[in-house]
Amino acid sequence: MTAPTPGQTVGPFFGFALPYDGDHQLVPPTRPDAIRLHGRVLDGAGDPVPDAILDLWQAAPDGTVPQVEGSLHRDGYTFTGWGRAATDRTGRYQFTTLRPGGAAPYFAIAVFARGLLDRLFTRAYLPGAAPAALRSLEAVADDRGFGFDIRLQGEDETVFLSFARD
Amino acid sequence: MTSSDAATATQAGISAEIAAIAHEYDGAGVVETATRLDYPPYRSSILRHPTKAAFQLDPEELELCSPVFGQRDIDPLEADLTIQHRGEPIGERMTVSGRVTDGDGRPVRHQLVEIWQANAGGRYVHQRDQHPAPLDPNFTGMGRCLTDGDGTYRFTTIKPGAYPWRNHHNAWRPAHLHFSLFGTEFTQRLVTQMYFPGDPLFALDPIFQAITDRDARDRLVATYDHDETRPEWSLGYRWDIVLSGSRRTPLEGDVE
Ligand SMILES: [Fe+2]
Repeated sequence: MTAPTPGQTVGPFFGFALPYDGDHQLVPPTRPDAIRLHGRVLDGAGDPVPDAILDLWQAAPDGTVPQVEGSLHRDGYTFTGWGRAATDRTGRYQFTTLRPGGAAPYFAIAVFARGLLDRLFTRAYLPGAAPAALRSLEAVADDRGFGFDIRLQGEDETVFLSFARD
Repeated sequence: MTSSDAATATQAGISAEIAAIAHEYDGAGVVETATRLDYPPYRSSILRHPTKAAFQLDPEELELCSPVFGQRDIDPLEADLTIQHRGEPIGERMTVSGRVTDGDGRPVRHQLVEIWQANAGGRYVHQRDQHPAPLDPNFTGMGRCLTDGDGTYRFTTIKPGAYPWRNHHNAWRPAHLHFSLFGTEFTQRLVTQMYFPGDPLFALDPIFQAITDRDARDRLVATYDHDETRPEWSLGYRWDIVLSGSRRTPLEGDVE
């Protein structure tokens, strides 16, 4: 195995580069089955992180994993399963998407932020769908979808995941 | 130590903290290939790193796949950061190219690579960048491309300048390109920075030094490659990227 290239922080200046039109809208919000996944990114003092950016990756409602292009230029019809959302001044993010189905009833999330030296992985499970050890990763249902806060540090620190081979 | 004392720390103080951690790392004799998340000399990391160990988990099929990007997503011209405006950007024209592979040497084919950077004066096109260096009306500093069938990416740009930041008094970042990469699995997602060989700011920079292992740090430093340099046109740099090992069972004909 060749040693991997290490990560580095996304830094403070990604705002003109990584976000793009339609990044957080995997489907148009007008679609009847559209749901909202939203929440806040918070630091160890409980303060909002206004310079974080999240990757979202998920299965379609029928449980299939989308393998189609078009995430960077959405046509309004193709569900690519991938999106990106930067936090706003109050540390809030939101995605407009579909409910994931099948064997992976969760949203896979990668977290990047200024001050965060390498990316973090987590999952936001649909309510009631997480295995016992990961129950804290269940999103909270609300009228239009699900809420899921990410706490980088502290008592209620989000459970972050490692998929390392060894 | 809190982030509030950041403004008053000196480079000598930060360098002493970096040296103390390096000394402790060398003494421990255990190789760390990853970047530390808890690295107090980088003040902004103090409240932004998890304190609990990551939960070890087997990826599901979802995480063993990656999003797919293609020609619908990207115009091939986006790989040239010097042609995005009416005029030519100021600075040293350069190319950077390399291969993206996984830990087993398999190329990451037809996958998205994004870069962003400061201009030649060390200034970003970003509202929050207050560095009083000039903006360049002919340079945005953002590019994208897809790797080819061999996992190779290639960008044309100008060499970014070093820039000051507020981590401590007289703090300067070594010149770098930010890179965002996808692998064949979501688990391989990587955001990192590429540096230039021989930068005198390396030893002083707490972001670069948050990789405590020297060999691992060196993996972020590009190589000057005269074969990639084009006469009367641009200087060539080479930088290969290895994404973390895949769990995927190798497909026939996959291994090169
Ligand atoms: Fe930067």
